[in-house]
Amino acid sequence: MEERLLHPADGNSTSRQFGGAAPFFVGLVVALIFGWWAFPGMLFSEQEQPINFSHKVHIQDAEMECSACHYFREDGTFAGLPTTESCAECHSDEPLGEDPEEARFIKEYVETGKEVKWHVYQKQPDNVFFSHAAHSLESCNNCHDFSEVELCSQCHIDVANMDKAPTYYENKLTTYSKQTMKMWQCERCHAHPEHYGVTRSSNACFVCHK
Amino acid sequence: METKEFTIKWGMAIDLDKCTGCGACMVACQAENNLAPIADASNKIKVMNWITVYELSNGKPYPEHDVAYLPRPCQQCGHPPCVSVCPVIATDKNEEGGIVSQVTPRCIGCRYCMAACPYHARYFNWRDPVWPGGLEKALTPDVSVRPRGVVEKCTFCHHRWMAAKDKAIVEGRDPMDLPEGEYVTSCTEACPNGAITFGDLNNEEHEVAKLASSKYAHRLLERLGADTQVYYVSRREWVLRQLDNYLEDEKVKG
Repeated sequence: MEERLLHPADGNSTSRQFGGAAPFFVGLVVALIFGWWAFPGMLFSEQEQPINFSHKVHIQDAEMECSACHYFREDGTFAGLPTTESCAECHSDEPLGEDPEEARFIKEYVETGKEVKWHVYQKQPDNVFFSHAAHSLESCNNCHDFSEVELCSQCHIDVANMDKAPTYYENKLTTYSKQTMKMWQCERCHAHPEHYGVTRSSNACFVCHK
Repeated sequence: METKEFTIKWGMAIDLDKCTGCGACMVACQAENNLAPIADASNKIKVMNWITVYELSNGKPYPEHDVAYLPRPCQQCGHPPCVSVCPVIATDKNEEGGIVSQVTPRCIGCRYCMAACPYHARYFNWRDPVWPGGLEKALTPDVSVRPRGVVEKCTFCHHRWMAAKDKAIVEGRDPMDLPEGEYVTSCTEACPNGAITFGDLNNEEHEVAKLASSKYAHRLLERLGADTQVYYVSRREWVLRQLDNYLEDEKVKG
């Protein structure tokens, strides 16, 4: 060993170079596996919704629109998720379907008057202002031809065909949702020059940030 | 320097002859914009007031003695000195309405803007806000709470404009053509004397536009050329004289 160090240019230098490169590549691969596969798994905790909600049943079978439950209040604010009270307008005494989850919802929430602690996939950080009213069908359908489901799923997870509520991934450090809309997704429309003038869309900071 | 033009230009006219210096605007602002109360407000390093009331005096002895009070929100300059110095575009004037934005999560706390602002309208968070006695439950949900290390300032209660626009959209009205009074700032609403008038300076039907075009309307340090959107109205010559730096023999308009 000492001999080699004293004469670095001597003898089998090619194999020694390779000997130096191999640990590097092994390390690189290990780092990539850790960074791309192991770390994201460690960073996010997987959580299921407290009650399995099937959007498919409501939209396809009961032929409801998104806005039947996710509506606007009179003061222009968006109600977001429906309360147990508004679910109970249909799901009150007897379950309407066969799903045991529905029976559990009636027993555990409607009868006790408790609110469901839904995980909100789209929960935005506190410094984001989002106006549902501004992103209306009337505004977008000046040029597009969206149905309500199509418009909502531009930003939200397309749950219309899902029987099982998707798993919610929460960032363990920030407690933000992994599935929330990122700014580059907002920019697809807000930074799109064809939207200026046609819509009231603007890319000014204060339009979305507070 | 060119001033950016907007269809709507939110502005304020403050009647200094009506202002009694009660400070209701400051209190309303603190409550509306989630400014944490501090134990010792005499500590001017720590105290945060997006709008603050200055006392003006004519400096004369008793029979001629007179005072005035000057509430000072962010002046929402037409070409804001704070915007051009910001290295990270945390503050900008690019939105319809002409309100100078301040996006605090983007702010790196360098405080160039504070040095640049001729009106001392910007404040730096030296400490994290503390909400005693469960006060955090009474925070305005539409206003983000700022951590230590960032600069903040008056935004003309921008969130109220957003709410007013949303209401107009849901009712099927044009959100860019709000009737007068549908969007006003918290200080405007709180002033018991009606000294503050808020509205669109570009809309001639709005009271604020009429007040701003009056010969008694002056702006703070107008000759700096910042083209501010806050006007001060007074019929007292000595008050108007203190709004800018005049030479002794110089005449003040109005």
